[in-house]
Amino acid sequence: MISAPDVVAFTREEELEDDLYREPPLPEEYSVPLFPFAGQGANPWAKVAGSKFTRDFILISEFSEQVGPQPLLTIPDDAKVSGTFDLNYFSLRIMSVDYQASFVGHPPGSAYPKLNFVEDSKVVLGDSKEGAFAYVHHLTLYDLEARGFVRPFCMAYISADEHKIMQQFQELSAEFSKASECLKTGNRKAFANELEKKLKDLDYTRTVLHNETEQQKKANDKGYYTTQAIEKANELASVEKSIIEHQDLLRQIRSYPYRKLKESEFHPYEPECALDRADVGGDQDPTASDPAEPGETHLYTHMPSYTPKLIKAKSAKCFDKKLKTLKELCDVYFFTQTLDQLHHIERTFRGDVCYLLTEQISRALLKQQSVTNFLFEDVSFLDEKPPEKQYRGCQGLGQDAIDEKCSEESLAPKVVISLGSYKSSVECVPIKMEQEMEDSEEPKMSESVMSEHQENLDYLDADIKGSISSGESIEVLGTEKSGSGLTKSESQASLPVIPSPQAGRSKVGSRRTVSEDSIEVLSTCPSESLIPEDFKASYPSAINEEPYVDDEEGGLRFTPRLNPGVDDGQDDVSKQESLVQVDAACCIGKESPNFLEPLPELGQKLCEEDGVVRIPPQPYRPAEQGLRGGFPSHDGLSGGLLPYELDSRYLTGSREVSKSSLDECSDSTSYISSAASTCSDRTPSPAHLACAAGERHRKRAGQNALRFIRQYPFAHPAIYSLLSGRTLVVLGEDEAMVKKLVTALSIFVPNCGVYAKPVKHWVTSPLHLVDFQKWKLIGLQRTVSPAGVNVLHALSRYSRYLSILDADSKTLRCPLYKGTVVARLADHRTQIKRGSTYYMHVQSILTQLCSKAFLFTFCHHLHLPISEREPEESVVNRRINFLKLQLGLANEDIKIVQYLAELLKLHYIQEPGQGGNPLLRFDYVPSFLYKI
Amino acid sequence: KSSVQTIGEEQIQNPYTELLVLKGHQDIVRFLVQIDDCRFASAGDDGIIFLWNAQTGEKLHEFHGHTHKITAIAPFSSSDGTEEETDLIITASADRTVIIWDCTSGRQVQKVSCFHSTVKCLTVLQRLNVWLSGGSDLCVWNRKLDLLCKTTHLTDAGISALVELPKNCVAAAVGKELIIFRLSASNNGSEGWNVLEVKCLVDHQDNISSLVCVNDLTFVTGSHVGELIVWDALDWTKQASECNFWDSSVHPDVQPEIKLSQSPNETSVQHLTSDEECVFAAVGKGIYVYNLQMKRVIACQRTAHDSSVLHIEKLPNRQLISCSEDGSVRIWELREKQQLPAESVPTGFFNMWGFGRANKQASQAAKKMQENTPMYFLELVGDLIGHSSAVQMFLYFGELGLATCSADHLIILWKDGERESSLRSLALFKKLAQNGDLQLKF
Repeated sequence: MISAPDVVAFTREEELEDDLYREPPLPEEYSVPLFPFAGQGANPWAKVAGSKFTRDFILISEFSEQVGPQPLLTIPDDAKVSGTFDLNYFSLRIMSVDYQASFVGHPPGSAYPKLNFVEDSKVVLGDSKEGAFAYVHHLTLYDLEARGFVRPFCMAYISADEHKIMQQFQELSAEFSKASECLKTGNRKAFANELEKKLKDLDYTRTVLHNETEQQKKANDKGYYTTQAIEKANELASVEKSIIEHQDLLRQIRSYPYRKLKESEFHPYEPECALDRADVGGDQDPTASDPAEPGETHLYTHMPSYTPKLIKAKSAKCFDKKLKTLKELCDVYFFTQTLDQLHHIERTFRGDVCYLLTEQISRALLKQQSVTNFLFEDVSFLDEKPPEKQYRGCQGLGQDAIDEKCSEESLAPKVVISLGSYKSSVECVPIKMEQEMEDSEEPKMSESVMSEHQENLDYLDADIKGSISSGESIEVLGTEKSGSGLTKSESQASLPVIPSPQAGRSKVGSRRTVSEDSIEVLSTCPSESLIPEDFKASYPSAINEEPYVDDEEGGLRFTPRLNPGVDDGQDDVSKQESLVQVDAACCIGKESPNFLEPLPELGQKLCEEDGVVRIPPQPYRPAEQGLRGGFPSHDGLSGGLLPYELDSRYLTGSREVSKSSLDECSDSTSYISSAASTCSDRTPSPAHLACAAGERHRKRAGQNALRFIRQYPFAHPAIYSLLSGRTLVVLGEDEAMVKKLVTALSIFVPNCGVYAKPVKHWVTSPLHLVDFQKWKLIGLQRTVSPAGVNVLHALSRYSRYLSILDADSKTLRCPLYKGTVVARLADHRTQIKRGSTYYMHVQSILTQLCSKAFLFTFCHHLHLPISEREPEESVVNRRINFLKLQLGLANEDIKIVQYLAELLKLHYIQEPGQGGNPLLRFDYVPSFLYKI
Repeated sequence: KSSVQTIGEEQIQNPYTELLVLKGHQDIVRFLVQIDDCRFASAGDDGIIFLWNAQTGEKLHEFHGHTHKITAIAPFSSSDGTEEETDLIITASADRTVIIWDCTSGRQVQKVSCFHSTVKCLTVLQRLNVWLSGGSDLCVWNRKLDLLCKTTHLTDAGISALVELPKNCVAAAVGKELIIFRLSASNNGSEGWNVLEVKCLVDHQDNISSLVCVNDLTFVTGSHVGELIVWDALDWTKQASECNFWDSSVHPDVQPEIKLSQSPNETSVQHLTSDEECVFAAVGKGIYVYNLQMKRVIACQRTAHDSSVLHIEKLPNRQLISCSEDGSVRIWELREKQQLPAESVPTGFFNMWGFGRANKQASQAAKKMQENTPMYFLELVGDLIGHSSAVQMFLYFGELGLATCSADHLIILWKDGERESSLRSLALFKKLAQNGDLQLKF
């Protein structure tokens, strides 16, 4: 609602025209040819025209060990989307920038093959020739039959708009990480299953081989071994070795702690059997000291249907073997979950980046307006995700600690190297350097910890060595349900104290495996294990700060390049910089407080202020201190109203505040920061776009409202009734028509509480006083039956509390309205055509009203006497003067603001847990009957 | 067609622009009693007593204990001298029990269930630190719920109203009779009391429906057939009486129809209230103001409501509030009338209607009392519409507003919207300061 994309586009156009008038026309030879794609009806801001595909899509590719890079599927799964775009070629491109630190196999010094839990890599890749830019998310899945047990995959968000990818990097990363987590979880399950089957096979084979050997022994009494017998013995030995290896693998895959999933706040459904399996797995011990005793009980209990096969001694990995599909690699359930998530991503990031950013910014800002946002905003999404909570949490823990962390982080060279060459090169591949940083720290840390437990760890020596020497970025992950039972702190606290295997055996599987895995944690993620969880959330933002340094050196400059519509890039930058320094409070302080300064025409002022949007929307990063949620979002605003409360510029220029505060936050988190390939999965996603349903509802409501104000000449008093808290009853016989009207009018209803709009679409029973407390907009059935008489009787009885809109006879009975606000809100000659646009128009005017109500509510001297002797009347006079002169409200508009102020007060006073009695306010004012 | 005076939607003098609906009762709410400045109790046919905060509308306590409807309720603030004052309420119910509740703790203090009949009225004699229960007999209790003494069985109908009189006397309305009892200390005990019937007054033609004490010297009774008798509280003699609340001479043409539709209820004195000068009587659908000095009705509103007026109360500011079976509450103002346009002035003419008894019909001529004293009239200044059924009673809390209870199971708190708004502002800034959001930055 803060700024609609249509509005942005529109005003930019105006600005462009202005510039043309101002400057002398260019000589002919310098004139730039017209936008080549303009003829196709494409808007010049859409860069889609240059690319071979029509819209953004998600591509999943695999680096197949048989055929090389190949595309697997696209989302949306529609051939039209990718068009002539060469998916095969692009798959090759995206698979070639896999910077995952995958290392699987026999690490030197390790007896067994080692599964490394590789962190996904996230890379931005551009191909200007193809006109395609992509966020590429690489991940590795496990497949027992694959080479090195790994199958590299990648998911790519492909867009024609490079800025979209760059600016939404954090969000994309967060969303794709969820999808990836989901896939990997399913994959770990499937892999564990596969391993179990394989173990059974091996066990069976061993039994068979053993029997054969025994038979041979019996049959052979010559006293020496035949070559056959030796062969058999060798075979048996290799099977035994294989069993041990597989058991080890199974243990590793199970040892994946749950931390990742918990952090991403993404809880894929865990089938019940997973739990059972974990428990059963607890009974059986894969790390048993006696490796010759395989987990038969375990295998037979939970997979009774599986009949083991005999494994040939040399099962060659052939090229003719069919590799598992992605669906097979993951559990079917998780696969569909992932697809859902990817579809969600596709929906979320659909559309112009400008729109996305605006949406995100307005959401982020809205969240801070906890005092007023309940009135007209859909605040349901605010409860959806609490990313801010993490920030509040870490603020509570102390800023110092974070700063410390930040500086610590910034020591590590984690800058995107290739930034400088971006303009000339075809692709931009930021190279991840965290590993080195981690390498430098980790051995020291892990050694120091481990030296204490050396004696306990002896038996694990091989593992430790393996993981240390690998020095890779290994994430500790988890498949087992029981893992989630451990709190993070618990699991981490227990890391150094590594229990003996005997102790572990008595507990559930995951507990036991923690001991194993903790070593990996120590060896690979030292920094993480030392940072409290709360801080982790904040350090992605710390990472973001580094590239800012690069800004001066001609790294990636998106600001000027982002706006082809804005002619003067330099100017833009400077303006932006100047704005950056302007603190909201400072800006206000400069204005001389003048109590008596009358407010000039509000509407005009607004247009002037808002006419030009010079600064492109910027991704909102909630890390900024000044912008933290909670009531005093701008420090001065809450209590220090007095100096500037009457300043008209401030009243109308709420956008300026938001602008400057935005710039404020953007200075620490510049655009380029998003280009950095941060590996953290813990990046909180700052904005979650509303569900499509809400969007549709808004559009429809806006459309209906537009129709209503065009159709009914008495729309103004009706809307006034709603805004001033007088219940409006829509009376009619036809349910559909009444409901439509109610939907249309519902956008004008201020919320009385946080939860739902006080709107009742359809009522058939007589209304009662209690209903008017609950509902401010009611659709009422008119019937001719005796019951209908009661309904009408109740209406006439309570007529003083009601405005009645008769949908059948097209009449309205309600108080007179002579104000001006509603006229702006609902102009029947409005040029707005689209429902969603009108909705936003309404929202913007309602926001203005809210800000007035806010000022009115929180101005101390308007409600309380300045001195003790001051009589009540002078306070009342001051109040009225403020409303009339300072807020520029006329007649009935005062009542609207007063009502909203009352709601604000109630909302603010109300204790969180306590519902509070709903009260009904009313006026003794005469009603009039309006007819068409 | 209704001859009731109506007021438009514009009510400048009506301060009540905000309301709170208090839900809790499951049946008709009949009684509201004030406990202190900001608390009141409500009781009704569901046998539950609720304690409310009159400012916030918060439900403070719920008293469960009676199995039948409540028939009487009285607040009883007791102070032993040693303990601090505790607010109690006494409730009597149709289940023939009386329970004392503690308003602070919300608990039942004591219960008496030795009654032979339902206790219909309760009176607390603060001065003597005893309370009286009136049913088929009159019992005197101390605050520890010891039965001090009782009268003999009076009638089956029992005592319908009790009022305290000077000199340790109480007047009890028993049917048509008005019986004066005197409490005297008994010889054989420090806290023993004897109750004696002193006098029986039989001046009323019909059941006494209301009984109110005006001041130390006077009390007033009203009967079912519209008689109003002013008594001397010291020697229990009749000072004045008005028998006919119906003035036929003023509306001779409308009289016949009304006569047909007339029922005893229409002239029954439902409720009496008084200030020092006047007695205000709710008679049928009308309100009458009887001046004690002039001994005549000085103002009246014959059809103040659409149906019977159930309760009236005089406010300090010459205003009068009435509530009625029609579900509305009306606010009246007693105004002086400069000139007397004869046709519209309600004068003190009374006519007694026989209500089916032929011998009394129109037999008594109205006496004319045309004096040059200033005339008054009742001006409707506002009405409160909220209840969907008969408004049984209301409690005036002054600044805090007005609580009304009704047969629609609801209690509505009517409040002055302006005052509430500024109170909320006050609360808001208090909370701002508490939260530390009020760090002024100049």
